[in-house]
Amino acid sequence: MRENTPVKTFIPLAFVLVSATGYGLWYQRTRGEFRKKKTVNGPTLSAAIVGTELGARATMVQFSSAFCTPCRATKALLEDMVKTMTDVRYAHIDAESHLELVRELNILSTPTTLFLNHAGVEVGRAMGTPKRAQVHAALAAIH
Amino acid sequence: MSVSIDARGPRWSAVFTTIVLAIALVTSNVWLILFQAIVFAIGAIRGPQFTPYAFIFKNLIKPRLKSTVTFEDVRPPQFSQGVGLAFTLVAIIGSVTGASGVFTVAVGFALAAAFLNAAFNFCLGCQMYLLILRARF
Repeated sequence: MRENTPVKTFIPLAFVLVSATGYGLWYQRTRGEFRKKKTVNGPTLSAAIVGTELGARATMVQFSSAFCTPCRATKALLEDMVKTMTDVRYAHIDAESHLELVRELNILSTPTTLFLNHAGVEVGRAMGTPKRAQVHAALAAIH
Repeated sequence: MSVSIDARGPRWSAVFTTIVLAIALVTSNVWLILFQAIVFAIGAIRGPQFTPYAFIFKNLIKPRLKSTVTFEDVRPPQFSQGVGLAFTLVAIIGSVTGASGVFTVAVGFALAAAFLNAAFNFCLGCQMYLLILRARF
C-alpha cells in the first residue's frame, strides 16, 4: 500500500468552504423572504384543501415536516400574528401526509408559507421562518 | 411528543464534525472517515445527544456557555446525522474500491453540510426531506 500514500491537497477543502459559504450567505439572506408569484394566475386553493375557512382578505398556509426545526418557530409566529387580525387566517398543513398537494404546488422545502388572497389564489410564498415585519409587508400587499 | 434537546448541542457537534471532515479531506484519510461514520451512526440510530461530540459538549463546553438554553426537537438533527452517515459510507466504499474521486466528492458534500450547519444554522432536513419524499413517491 506504500505506493498509495495519499497526497495532501487543500484544493478540495478550499473549494468546499468557498462554495458552501456562498450558498450559506444566500441561504441566510433569502430565508423568510416573501416572493411574489410571477404568473398572474397562481394556483387556487379552496377552504376544503386548506382545511379551514379562507380569510376575508388573506390566508397564510404553512407547510411543515417532522425534520424541520424552524417550522415550529414559524407556526408560533404566524399563529400569534393572526390573533389580532380579523381578515387574515392561518392554516397549517403537514407536507408528508399531503404529498400530492406538495407536488402540485411545487413545495420544495419546509417551512414554506403560501400567501393567498381572498379568493384563495396564491400571490406569493416565503421559504424559511419570516420576520414579523416581512409577514406584515407581505400581507399589506394583498387587497 | 418526541424528545427535546439543547439546541446548542447539535450546532457544536457540527463544529467538531466540520474539523474532522476537513482534516480527512485534506489528508484523504479513510480511518478518520470511518470514525466519523461511527459517530454519525450513533447519532442517526440512538440520537445526536449520545455521540462522543455530544459528550464533549455536555462536559466541556456547556458549563462554559452563558447563552440561554433553547430546546429543539431531536428529530431534525437526527435526520442530518443519517444523511451524514450515507455520505461517509459512500466515501468509505469509494476509498476501499480505489475510487478516490468518489471519496473526495462524498466527503466534500458531508463537509459542506456540516459546515453550513455550524456556520449558518443550516437545516438539512428542511431542504432535503421533502425532496427525498417527492423522489420516492
